[in-house]
Amino acid sequence: MTWEPRPVPEVNPETDRYWQAAASGELLVQECDDCGLVYHYPRSLCPDCFSEKVEWREASGRGEVYSYSTARTMSGWPEDDLPLVVAYVELDEGPRIMTNIDADPEDIAIGARVEVRFVDTEDEDVSIPVFVPANA
Amino acid sequence: MTEREPAYIAGAFEHPTREAPDKSTMQLHAEVAKGALADAGLSKDDVNGLFTAGVPEYQSGLSPLVIADYLGVDASYVDTTDYGGSSYIAHVGHAVSAIRDGKCDVALITLAGRPRSRGQATGSGAREIRTVQDSFERIYGATNITMYGMAAQRHMHEHGTTAEQLAEIRVAASQHAQYNDDAMFQDPVTVEDVVESRVVADPLHLLDCCVISDGGGALVLVSEDVRDDLDREAVEVLGHGEAPSHHDAGRIDITRTGAESSGERAFAEAGLGPADIDYASIYDSFTITVLEAIEDLGFCEKGEGGEFVEGGTLQAPDGDLPFNTDGGGLCSNHPANRGGMTKVIEAVRQLRGEANPEVQVDADVALAHGTGGSIATRHGAATVVLGGEGR
Repeated sequence: MTWEPRPVPEVNPETDRYWQAAASGELLVQECDDCGLVYHYPRSLCPDCFSEKVEWREASGRGEVYSYSTARTMSGWPEDDLPLVVAYVELDEGPRIMTNIDADPEDIAIGARVEVRFVDTEDEDVSIPVFVPANA
Repeated sequence: MTEREPAYIAGAFEHPTREAPDKSTMQLHAEVAKGALADAGLSKDDVNGLFTAGVPEYQSGLSPLVIADYLGVDASYVDTTDYGGSSYIAHVGHAVSAIRDGKCDVALITLAGRPRSRGQATGSGAREIRTVQDSFERIYGATNITMYGMAAQRHMHEHGTTAEQLAEIRVAASQHAQYNDDAMFQDPVTVEDVVESRVVADPLHLLDCCVISDGGGALVLVSEDVRDDLDREAVEVLGHGEAPSHHDAGRIDITRTGAESSGERAFAEAGLGPADIDYASIYDSFTITVLEAIEDLGFCEKGEGGEFVEGGTLQAPDGDLPFNTDGGGLCSNHPANRGGMTKVIEAVRQLRGEANPEVQVDADVALAHGTGGSIATRHGAATVVLGGEGR
């Protein structure tokens, strides 16, 4: 899988910790102290109970494929980065997060176990979590 | 049944073009507005309600002002609800409310765009980072078709839905499109044609995807008093419902859509149910969009959509649920990448007996349903139930 020149995420005060953690090899989720919801994407208020007592928590980086689709063509994307597997991975902590799976599309199935890897971007402070088959 | 003051669709017009290299988008807005007003027997100066999702290619919140200025409309009520292709179906409901409240009595809804002439890769194009969510999606190359591809993959996994069943939806649309001289693709296709067309994003093939077309459409809604003065068959808006549906903090179920809520609300307002629907216009950006909507609107149980669409269920005039008799977005038209408008227009044609004769259904009650944005992440859903004068 190549990376550059893919789009780089926009980092804002609510999300910079997520991206910086990724740059140091940690996948973060957020958890509400009041209602216990573990959620994604990061945001400053719990989307279930609106509590502001939300904490960052390091995820295990493991989960399973919830669904996936392999893009065979995509305009505005590097040719040598296709086909590209876009997927939802359900983290062991609960949330389903959109990502890529860096594997031969033939080797991917719904329910398969996967684990996180981090890919650098043009911005050295920002890395992107992607997934690979577990124990690969 | 509602006892509120009724409101009616008195004018509907679909631009016949599918490719407009020599026209401006604003010109198309004006042409469809003129067409719908002529259809109703009204003039521009009668319009006092303006409903528009603007000019999608400009993405400007000020575009309603651009449209009002270009058309020279003096509006006492403006609604610019924009959540993609479902907007125009939402506008029908919003116009009904405005008319009932006496805020306007002739409401104009327009849509126009030129994505084909602009060479836009609508389904398979990478998108810019614009919203906070894009930073967690678009960076992965999540395009419209990979989103819908993921929905289809999961639906197949959970329910055993097959590519051949999805193909039945395209087949039905293509059977209808052969009678529509304006349709972009008029040749009927088979299930084999669909599943043997190239895969764009697994498990969706090229023929699981809608057309990219220039053009537009417009609707005119009126109060009962205005309708009584018109020499034109009008269609009553019996019920309307809408709903956003979203990622739900990571708990999203991509086999379900906002149609579950929007449909329930529209049916409740109409005092009717799925069994009462004689004809359905269902937004068909992709075949899976239709399959999930059919289930979520209650035409069959969740997971049974694949079996439901087999055997010609969707084919007019004899299927149990004739749908998209103009050929829909899959074969005929998807102006401005927003299919909601044409869904309402074909439902109006069916209720007035003005559909192409080979696919005209004996319809007293019709449904039009739209999806905007993208299922499998965030989307809008809007549904209307419409009644003809014969009911």
